Amino acid sequence: MTARLDSSLEAAPRLRLTAPAAFNIVLIAILAVIPLYARLSGDGFVLTLSTRMLILALGAVSLNLIMGYGGMVSFGHAAYLGIGGYAVGILAKEGIASGLLQWPVAVAAAALYALLVGALSLRTRGVYFIMITLAFAQMIYFVAIGLDRYGGDDGLTIYRRSQFGGWLDLNDKTLFYYLCFTLLLAGIYLVSRLINSRFGLVIRGTRSNDRRMRAIGFPTFRYRLVCFVIAGALCGLAGALLANHTNFISPAMMHWTRSGDLIVMVVLGGLGSLFGPLIGTATFLLLEEGLSRVTSYPDLILGPVLLAVAIYARGGIAGLLGGRARG
Amino acid sequence: MLYFIEQCLNGIQLGMLLFLLAAGLTLVFGIMDLVNLAHGSLYMLGAYFAASFAALTGSFVIAVVLAVACSLAAGMALEVIAIRPLYGRDHLDQVLGTFGLILFFNELVRLIWGPAGMTLALPSPMLRAVQILPGVYYPAYRLVIIFAALAVAAALYLTVMRSRLGMLIRAGASNREMVGALGVNIKLLYTLVFGLGAALAGFAGVMQAPILTVQIGMGENILILALVVIIIGGIGSIRGAFVAAILVGLIDTVGRAFLPDMLRLMLSRNAAETLGPALSSMSIYMLTAAVLVFRPEGLFPAANR
Repeated sequence: MTARLDSSLEAAPRLRLTAPAAFNIVLIAILAVIPLYARLSGDGFVLTLSTRMLILALGAVSLNLIMGYGGMVSFGHAAYLGIGGYAVGILAKEGIASGLLQWPVAVAAAALYALLVGALSLRTRGVYFIMITLAFAQMIYFVAIGLDRYGGDDGLTIYRRSQFGGWLDLNDKTLFYYLCFTLLLAGIYLVSRLINSRFGLVIRGTRSNDRRMRAIGFPTFRYRLVCFVIAGALCGLAGALLANHTNFISPAMMHWTRSGDLIVMVVLGGLGSLFGPLIGTATFLLLEEGLSRVTSYPDLILGPVLLAVAIYARGGIAGLLGGRARG
Repeated sequence: MLYFIEQCLNGIQLGMLLFLLAAGLTLVFGIMDLVNLAHGSLYMLGAYFAASFAALTGSFVIAVVLAVACSLAAGMALEVIAIRPLYGRDHLDQVLGTFGLILFFNELVRLIWGPAGMTLALPSPMLRAVQILPGVYYPAYRLVIIFAALAVAAALYLTVMRSRLGMLIRAGASNREMVGALGVNIKLLYTLVFGLGAALAGFAGVMQAPILTVQIGMGENILILALVVIIIGGIGSIRGAFVAAILVGLIDTVGRAFLPDMLRLMLSRNAAETLGPALSSMSIYMLTAAVLVFRPEGLFPAANR
């Protein structure tokens, strides 16, 4: 118990040139040149897939903040993607195309929802927390189905991407890619600053032993709630990006299996590791894509791989690389 | 009024179905402390088994028996191969592992039975409607589901509360090591419990097969409802699962039937048609959230937890 407490409370490593850090740098370098590769090879699909990967990775980064560092296993994280997406879609449908309005609304709506959900669910623990977050996400899912004006079950096509005056045209695929890339790196940086701050120490402390943290005088509920809201806001931003990427929103993006996918990405990459969510998302999407090219039954292999990761690979891929394993 | 009675019966029928699913889920959850998302896959497998055997043998009854037996065997094999290493692990690992199993089973079914759904025809006596009250007719098959599930519930209750196996199951739930130390083969016991849960889920799938299309992913949405049922009822409590299943079944069905009409008083016809089912589905999750906030252990917490 003591060892566990110690290992999870030690300062998370900042960027040093260790083996995993070198791996992360290579990964970022590859991501940075993907648009160049896409242009030279004329393979537009690579760019589309990578953009999707960056956006989902931002969602996974957000989930990792609460799940990996705070021990709050949210099984309803796709709801934030949906809320962010619907904020953009609904405003676009109502004729408000300005991204300067759409995106803050997306982030604020997701944060507000997180505040509500967090205030109620953070009273519960363990598997009950998993289930209550799932229940709330299901509620939002059915709200979206009930939104008759915005497509109901069928979803809604967004005819115009968010407008940012003349200086940022989201229809430019390369530009949009770099925007997502920048926002993802900013998200990872934000999480790294957060978890190394005093606030982050408290959050990681509550993960190890909440009662002890309360005993030494921290109002842990408030800390956890703030962390939960920050994660929700971050994922709302990812949702706004996703809606702009696919030009389409539908309740399906909030189906509980999408929340499951996000959990898979985080755990696959490495729970509680800064770049784990990115690694996990990349691995998951590439596995999906690669397997579906070699076999018409990709999940026959992907499913057992996930099971094997759950059974054998504690700490995910980042753990295997020698980064921070899960405590 | 007649419509109301019919809808209530439909709700009870859905509740019974949910109970069959939730009973296995709550046993596995309460005794092995395992979050099993793949439970819905066993439900799907049961339905596919039944449809195939019915096509093969031409007899509905033989198909039901064989399908339940196959579900039992599939569940026990699954437990030995894939589930055993997940006991005692973090719930998150269990979510990840069993989520992988869902992907696997969906794809396996697509490989074996193809992407198109299947249907299961009922023997003609079950297609009739019977008069249950003067002037109230109800499909015979739905009554069969209700009574079959009631019989299973009674048998399950007697097994768990009155038989030697049930005693071991309950003992295993409260103290696993002690039961093992007393010489009980706890691994075998767990395999049996998991197999029992799988058989119940398979049975639920079999019973539902003639009403719905048998298709890939049919277990996914109903799994969430079953999870909701065991949370409302209290994890590990069969009695709680029974009450919660009927509650959820009634809310869902009756809400779906009457909310659109009530909403139409205020909204346009189209809006009401879309909003009504969504609202009644939502109300189940609101109930769940409320139960978790005010009674985190569920309505009927199992005594040993």
